[in-house]
This record gives sequence, structure tokens and C-alpha cells, in this order.
Amino acid sequence: MSTIGLETPVGREATAHHEEDTGFWSWITTVDHKRIAIMYFVAATAFFFIAGLKALVIRAQLMFPEQTLITPELYNQFFTMHGTTMIFLVAMPMAVAFFNYLVPLQIGARDVAFPRLNALAFWIFLFGGIYLNSSFLVGAAPHASWVGYATLTSPEFSPGQNTNFWLIGLSILGIASIMGGVNFITTIINMRAPGMKLMRMPLFTWMTLVTSFLLITAIPVIGVALIYLGFDRLFGTVFFQPAGGGDPVLWQHLFWIFGHPEVYILILPAFGVISDIIPTFSKKPLFGYPIVVYAGILIGFIGWGVWSHHMFTVGLGPIADSFFVAATMIIAIPTGVKIFNWLATMWGGSLKFTTAMLFCVGLLAVFTVGGLSGIMHASAPVNLQQHDSYFVVAHFHYVIVGGAMMGLWAGLYYWFPKVRGRFLDETLGKWHFWTTMIGFNLTFFPMHFAGLFGMPRRIFTYSAELNVDIYNQLSTVGAFIFGISSVIMVWNIVKSWRSGEPAPANPWGAPHLEWATPSPPHHYNFPRIPTVRSREPLWHKQERDEILAVTMPDPEEEPLMPNPSYWPIVLAAAITLSWALVMTGIWWVIALGILPVILATFMWAFEPAFPEGHGH
Amino acid sequence: MAQAATASVEEHGHTSTGVSNWKVGFWTFIASECLFFGTLISTYMVYKGRAVVGPYPEEIFDVLHTTISTTVLLFSSLAFVLALHATQQGKKGIAILWLFFVIAMGAGFLYMEGTSYLKYIDYGLTLGSSTFGSAYYVLTGTHKVHVILGMVWIGALIWLLFRGRIPPAKSEQVEIAGLYWHFVDIIWIVIFTLVYLIQ
Repeated sequence: MSTIGLETPVGREATAHHEEDTGFWSWITTVDHKRIAIMYFVAATAFFFIAGLKALVIRAQLMFPEQTLITPELYNQFFTMHGTTMIFLVAMPMAVAFFNYLVPLQIGARDVAFPRLNALAFWIFLFGGIYLNSSFLVGAAPHASWVGYATLTSPEFSPGQNTNFWLIGLSILGIASIMGGVNFITTIINMRAPGMKLMRMPLFTWMTLVTSFLLITAIPVIGVALIYLGFDRLFGTVFFQPAGGGDPVLWQHLFWIFGHPEVYILILPAFGVISDIIPTFSKKPLFGYPIVVYAGILIGFIGWGVWSHHMFTVGLGPIADSFFVAATMIIAIPTGVKIFNWLATMWGGSLKFTTAMLFCVGLLAVFTVGGLSGIMHASAPVNLQQHDSYFVVAHFHYVIVGGAMMGLWAGLYYWFPKVRGRFLDETLGKWHFWTTMIGFNLTFFPMHFAGLFGMPRRIFTYSAELNVDIYNQLSTVGAFIFGISSVIMVWNIVKSWRSGEPAPANPWGAPHLEWATPSPPHHYNFPRIPTVRSREPLWHKQERDEILAVTMPDPEEEPLMPNPSYWPIVLAAAITLSWALVMTGIWWVIALGILPVILATFMWAFEPAFPEGHGH
Repeated sequence: MAQAATASVEEHGHTSTGVSNWKVGFWTFIASECLFFGTLISTYMVYKGRAVVGPYPEEIFDVLHTTISTTVLLFSSLAFVLALHATQQGKKGIAILWLFFVIAMGAGFLYMEGTSYLKYIDYGLTLGSSTFGSAYYVLTGTHKVHVILGMVWIGALIWLLFRGRIPPAKSEQVEIAGLYWHFVDIIWIVIFTLVYLIQ
């Protein structure tokens, strides 16, 4: 027993445990949260490149004033799909990849609460994403921006299928998000190992919990808004049609009641990631753990009360505006508290600047810039000047790319050794980090100036008289450097997946339970479930020894794991098909489309989840 | 090896809260549904009194008719409670009988509401006639879809009970369908109050 320690390399090669099926069908039918996580990551990265290429075309078009590289119509489709894809098909599923891989491992569970539902959510997300992007193949990609404001989406101003693709695609993705939210809330509330009290959970798991609550509460709101829009377009309702007495501002309210919590859905997972990484590379426990937890919860709550700061130009009146100004400034406080907690964690620690840590520190720097510009347009009068200008584009890229994505990339470098049993290449990693920092800032910092000088967003070109050429040229150069950084990242992943340096079970000397498993972990995670007695279980010698004695040896008999199933992918295909049929606008076609869903649901329900003979 | 005794606590049925995963998950889903119906109901309230062309609610609503259909739906919840009780007692025949009553009452509710729809359409209230028409039909229509899904679910339970696949130990399957059914009823009480009673 004494030979099993954290420093011993325990990779797949080193242990002679049960051979896992790794063929194509085993991935299609898998219900293992770790495999689903890998599929989420790969899919999100693919969408990241699709949406990134659109951004590069946009930047090429904007490099010089009055260019005609692409038509205005195509430009509209590109910026709409760039935003829609980056948010719903990249940032969210990339975070969900981490939820999937880490949450069961961090709380000491063998899988999520509903493994087949988990697989279903993934396939729905993937099919929904493919459906949304297939709009390009028929030349009818969504073109009314990612916020889809009424009345730009009305049948009158957006005839054709463009907006139908958008609203149906987002509805499909919303189903997956709610399923994910329900699954992770249940998992975290109900499947913790003995002793894993809520206030002992790693911050990443905490932020997953808060994010999941935001998902299940925010997604229904846009779900209803999308149903209204679909009815307006296909069945002649007048929810957002002024001619019929409808109010286009209602769309804005509903969209942003979802849309602002969505911002925190994007950023909180990244906060969780760096809250786990910074302590490891500072060799200190997280400073003020409860405060960081409460700040995260508070952000989740206040995030519900700030939506109208996206709507100051609508003219809601001084009382409403004042309320939302105040709420918006208040929400900066818990965020600021977190920043100081991370700094205080690093303060006096023995810092080790691995690539993962560099991305964390990079996040602190660039996210703070985005936070500061956020406070600037929290003020309604200032906001009136900045609304719909490139200043706003700069701001939200600083928080979403500089916050959410940098956090997830930090997580990539940190947890890759756990996933693969091999390190990502640190040299390539540092290239990735520095090209990201340079490319990112060069792209988005000049946009502040372009915006303040009056360059509007979502317009396919600009006049030379605006004198914003130089800012646009810097942005374009930066965007291509940023593009190169992403290629470096993928190259690093591919190379290290095959031939990276082998990693031990706990290569960074980290404190949480996921590191008490071999790298990569067994498909059942833990042969026996450990008992936890503190927040940093692997940093206390006696507790660590006890945990490793339980988690590291191969079991005499493997724990019972759920059956693989092909119903998730079948049901997901049926659900996607049934939603896609809504485009026809013919009620009996739509009604027929529901039949395969009901059929697949029943087949699913009557299939045993666990191997026969174990009576579950 | 001190942990050996506690290592197997993850055995089937044991959870951190003592409540089953299905129940926690379903309550979470109901929370999500609250926001869903909350948005639909809010829209109706926001548009209340703002329709620019008739027919208007006060001209067409028949409160007595809807009170009867509401009562029918509410009594279906009582029948469901009795069905669950019978399932827990292992009396599957009685359970099936009560579940049939639930479905019948759900169908009765749908029938009465369907006749109302036809009457409103006669009055000229359609999906596109006004914001009132849009908000009213999509709100109540979504509720009806929930009732129909509930009836399909209960139909499946009847079949499972009939095949003897829901012994008392698995009565939670019926209980969770009940959570859903009661939730759909409660939502209707809110809709009935805000849409029909407070005009």
C-alpha cells in the first residue's frame, strides 16, 4: 500500500484493469460522463473554428473603409452566426465539457445522477448545432444578430427561413441546456461522497451548481420568447407585431431577462476553474473560501435584476433606468470581491507559472479591463453614447473571451493530464498563451477607440471620413494572430494526445478528489467511495493516505456501471427532426413529427438502465 | 483501511439528501417549468387591456363554464392521490381504476376547454386577431399540451401497473407522475384566477 502515492505514474498502461471498449459504437452509445465530456470539448472546439473563421472574414471586410469583400447580406449572416455560435455552441458547451468531466470526480461520485439523460443532452446539442449551421448550405443563415430584435425578425422584414433556423436551432439547444442543468443540480445536491459537505466542495463544483440554477431558470424565458417568435412567423400571432397591437419591446425584455443571466452562465464556470487552479499553483488554500462561494451565489441572484441595462436607449423612464443602473453597479461588487480573493490567494504563495496559471493571471488582467468598461456603461447617460458602438463589442469580448474562454483554456492545460494521462506540451502552451494575449488585446483594445469615435456595430463597412481606419487595421492584424494561437492550441492537443509526456495521478500536487484517481481515471471513477474530512483533502497527509488507500488500488470486483445505450442518440435525432419540421408551418406535419419522439421516449423508458439481474 | 466500512455508502438508493435522484431532479424540472409558465402568464398580464380590437375578454369569457372545467381538473388530482395510495398498498387494480378516472377527468377538462375555444373562434378571437388572442391561446394552449403529455404518461403507468411492473417498492414512479400532474393543476389555478376571475 505504501507504494501507491501521488507521485507514482498511474496511467492506462501502468494498471492492468478491465479492458474498455474504445470502438466507434462505444462512443455513440456511451453514457460515461468522462467520454461525453470529451465529445463536448471536441464539438465545441470544432464550432469554435467555424465561428472563428467567420470572425476572420468579418475582420478582413473591415480592414479598409468601404470594402466590398462580402455582400452586406452575407455580412449580416456572418456576424449573426459568429455570435450565436460562439455563445451557444462554443462557450456554453465548452463549460459543460468541464462540468461533465469534473463534477462527479470532484464530489466523489461514479457518474452523474442521470447518465442517459446526460448523453441525450449532448446529442441534442450536437444535432441542434449542426441544424443551425446547415442553414448556410441552403443559403439562409440567420441574419438578425444573436439578439434577434423584433421587428427585424418579423415575417415582413425577414421573409424566408433564415430566422426560422435561428429560433428553432436555439429552442433545440435550450432543451439540452435545461436537461444539463437538472442533471448537474441533482448530481451535486445528491451524489456527494460521505463528508463532502456543501462548504467543502471545490469551487468549480460550486460554480457549476450556481450556473445550473441559472440555466434552468433563464432558458425557459427565452424558450417562451422563441415560441412567441415562431408563432408570430408561422401562425400569424401578433406578440411582437406593432401592426396587430404587439410590442417589440416585449421581445427585448424577455430576451435580456434570459440574456443577462446568460452572461453569468458563461463566466461563472471560468471563475470556478481559476478558483481551483490558482490555489494549486500558489500552494495555498483559496483565500476566503466562503466569501468566494457567497459572491458566486450573489452574482447568480443579482444577475436576474440587471437585464434592462441592455435597454437604456429604449426609453423606459428615469425610475426604471435608475434601478438598473444601481443594480448593475452593485453586481460589480461580488465580482470585484472575487478578483481580490484570487489576488490574495496568490499573495505570499510560492507561485508556479505553468501555462494553466498563466491563463489564470491573464484572465485576471483582461477580465478586469472588461469589468471596468462594464461599469462605464452601467451609467445610463454614458451608455447612450456607447450603445451599439464598437465600444460595446470591445467590452463583451473582453469579458467573454478574456473571462470565460481564457478560464476554460486554463482548465484545459490543468486537467488534460487527468483526462489523457499525458501533459500538454508546456512550450507550445506558452506560445498559445502569449499569441492569445497579444492577438486578443490587439484585436479588441482598439475597438474601444473605434467605438468611441462613432463606429457602429453590425454595419458591413464604414466611411473613411470616420477616421477609424487604423483601429480597424490593428484589430484585423490582431484577429489573425489570435487565429494562429488557436491553431497552436489544437496542434498542442493533437500532439500531446498521442505523444505527450506521461503524467502521474496528481501531477500538480492539487488538493481535490479528482486527483486521487489514476490518470486517466477508471470508467467507474472510484473503486470504493472515499470519505472527505476537509476542503483540501489531498493536502492533509493522514486524510490523503486514507483516501488514496480507497481510491487507488484496483477493486476485486468492478463496480456496477450503467449500460451503454443507443436510445439517447435516437431520441435526440427524433427531437431535432420534430423541431426542424416546425419550419414547414403545417400543423399536421408538426404533429406527425412528435410521433417518433414519443416512440423513442417509450423505448428508452422501458430499456433497463443497469445490466440485467441486478434489479435496479 | 478505516474507510472500508463507509466505502459502500453509494449503494443503490443512498443519496446525500436521503431523497431519491428522481425526486430531486423532478423538483428541479418543476422549478424550470415555473419560470416557463411565469413568462407566459406575465406576457398575458402585460398585454391585458391593451388589445386594440375585439373581442375583449369580458365579452366572451363564460366564468361558470370554466369554473366547472376547473373543478373537474382539480378533482383529478384527488383521484391521483388515491391512485398513489393504492399503488403503495399494492392494490394495483384500484390504482389502475383511479388512474383511469384521472385520464377521464383530464379528457373532460380538455373537452370543455375545446368547446370554449370553438366558441371564442366563433366570436372572432383567433391567434392573430389581437394581442389578447395571441397571449390567451398560447398560454392556455401550452397548458393543454402539458395536460395531454400528462395523460400519455399516466397511460404508460396504467400499462406498467397492469403488467405488474410497479410493486409498492417502486411506487415512486407513480408519485413523480403525480408531482407533474399536481403541478399542471396548480398552474391552471393560477391561470384561472388571473385570466378568468380577475378581469
